[in-house]
Amino acid sequence: MKTKLRLIDAARVIRSKNSGPYELTLDVLFADRKTYELFRDRRLIDPPLVAGLYGVAEGEVSVVWFEPANAVKATLRRRLPSGAPGDSDIYGAQQHGPLLGLEWEL
Amino acid sequence: MPSSEFRVLSPTAILGYGFPAASFEAGVDRRPDLIAVDAGSTDPGPYYLGSGKPFTNRAFVKRDLRYMLVAGRKLGVPVVIGTAGGSGAAPHLAWCRTIIEEIAREEGLSFRMAVIPSDVPKSVVRAALAAGKIESLPYVPPLTEEALEGTTNLVAQIGLEPVMAALGEGVDVVLAGRCYDPVNFAALPALRGYDEALALHMGKILECGAIAATPGSGADCAFATLSGDAFVLEALNPLRKFTVESAAAHTLYEKSDPYHLPGPGGVLDLSACSFEELGGGAVAVRGSRHVPTIPYKVKLEGARPVGFRTVCVAGVRDPILIASIEEVLEAVRTQVRSMGGGENGELHFHVYGRNGVMGDAEPMTAAGMPGATIREAPYELGIVIEAVAASQDEADTLASVTRSTLLHYGYRGRISTAGNLAFPFSPSDTPMGKVYEFSVYHLMELEDPENFPSREGRETVTFNKGRIEG
Repeated sequence: MKTKLRLIDAARVIRSKNSGPYELTLDVLFADRKTYELFRDRRLIDPPLVAGLYGVAEGEVSVVWFEPANAVKATLRRRLPSGAPGDSDIYGAQQHGPLLGLEWEL
Repeated sequence: MPSSEFRVLSPTAILGYGFPAASFEAGVDRRPDLIAVDAGSTDPGPYYLGSGKPFTNRAFVKRDLRYMLVAGRKLGVPVVIGTAGGSGAAPHLAWCRTIIEEIAREEGLSFRMAVIPSDVPKSVVRAALAAGKIESLPYVPPLTEEALEGTTNLVAQIGLEPVMAALGEGVDVVLAGRCYDPVNFAALPALRGYDEALALHMGKILECGAIAATPGSGADCAFATLSGDAFVLEALNPLRKFTVESAAAHTLYEKSDPYHLPGPGGVLDLSACSFEELGGGAVAVRGSRHVPTIPYKVKLEGARPVGFRTVCVAGVRDPILIASIEEVLEAVRTQVRSMGGGENGELHFHVYGRNGVMGDAEPMTAAGMPGATIREAPYELGIVIEAVAASQDEADTLASVTRSTLLHYGYRGRISTAGNLAFPFSPSDTPMGKVYEFSVYHLMELEDPENFPSREGRETVTFNKGRIEG
């Protein structure tokens, strides 16, 4: 039987922030080690997924799994450097929204 | 390696963000060997570095500093302040210095203070550029002579060496320009022979105050105790504690790679790090390593003006206009251009309620993107018209003509023929002054980190009962 896995249920923290003015970094902290391992072992979050969500090239996304915090981090190119005319989020702190809608059929 | 413990009090995430007096007093009661604070960040964007203005509030910077300086003198331990004034360039350093002088006078304090500027002369960067010693960070365009020329403030994130040198001369207060954040906390223990890697990792966490505790706060204190092979983190507010998870999670914060944190002259390697809960809200951290990078590199930060901005805020509550807003805004843009408005300017519409936060990457408006869901149109939109041009007059003109064109634009299906926008303010348009962009965000190789950027700019100021001597 298939079950639906929603990121918003699996994670305790989902956040975005600048990593310097030219990069945006997304952190997902999973609820526990077991959930972390489920996501990590199946590589449910990977560069193609993040690139698709944020409209950047796959090569502009790096994904690191970080066991000490049961977390995965994706870092990507900012569409505009922080504070450039037309930028919409100087701190990059409200760019996590698209992650909240992620779900998988397992 | 010293056998005793080294204790550090970090009052707040950024000088001027504040902290509860009770937390600070609890920290002072623990008899810290050092009180240190990070006073800045590039997060608030290029304006503050470029314009030389602080992003923190003067009254609160003074409040925080008063607690720190008074406690430092009472305990007889150093107070270290890095990235003064928010961006750490000369005007920021001068601003913070004046505040310290005021406090010293008001409190009748006696101390010696080292002032360490971190401004880098353009000639130095130009020579490094010519010698191939400048490297772009990811997604940063190569440094050009033109970008360098226009840069109004140019600083380097200095490393441990200059701050250690000042503390080695026995000063009571260090006021530094742009500093690698952990340096404020790590320089004194490193000078006293504690493990540099642990000291830097400790600084990496303490520089954010209690943000790494749970519940986190950028306006509360954190305390760390460094020994031979570990450092222990504690909150000073009974509301908070450190957990393995909160401490480990903080390692991710604002970083691209949680295992490798590059800084001046080296990389903090956390791949062998362990976190252990000691009970009572304390966490021990072990196994941090510091791997020197050769040649020594520092990060340069610079900003330059790119024009002037004028904004106009307005609301839309008409469902017919809301349904066709993208098309209407494009038509307005075209009409403004055709009338000769803002030929050399840039026009941006920030449409809140639609894609004001995420722009073109908003999945709710970009069909076919994963995560997109169908929902009803919002019943109201907030629009910020942003005009950027070479002069304030031109930016004002572009914003004004765009506003009036949009206000009375006759879009298809329009039944509300009196006006399209709800303005919350009169005047509706706000001149915002100069707009800056980051013009330098590069690594530079250097030979002598202790004397970089220069020995000449450094000063030691002696206060005797609040009066400056000499």
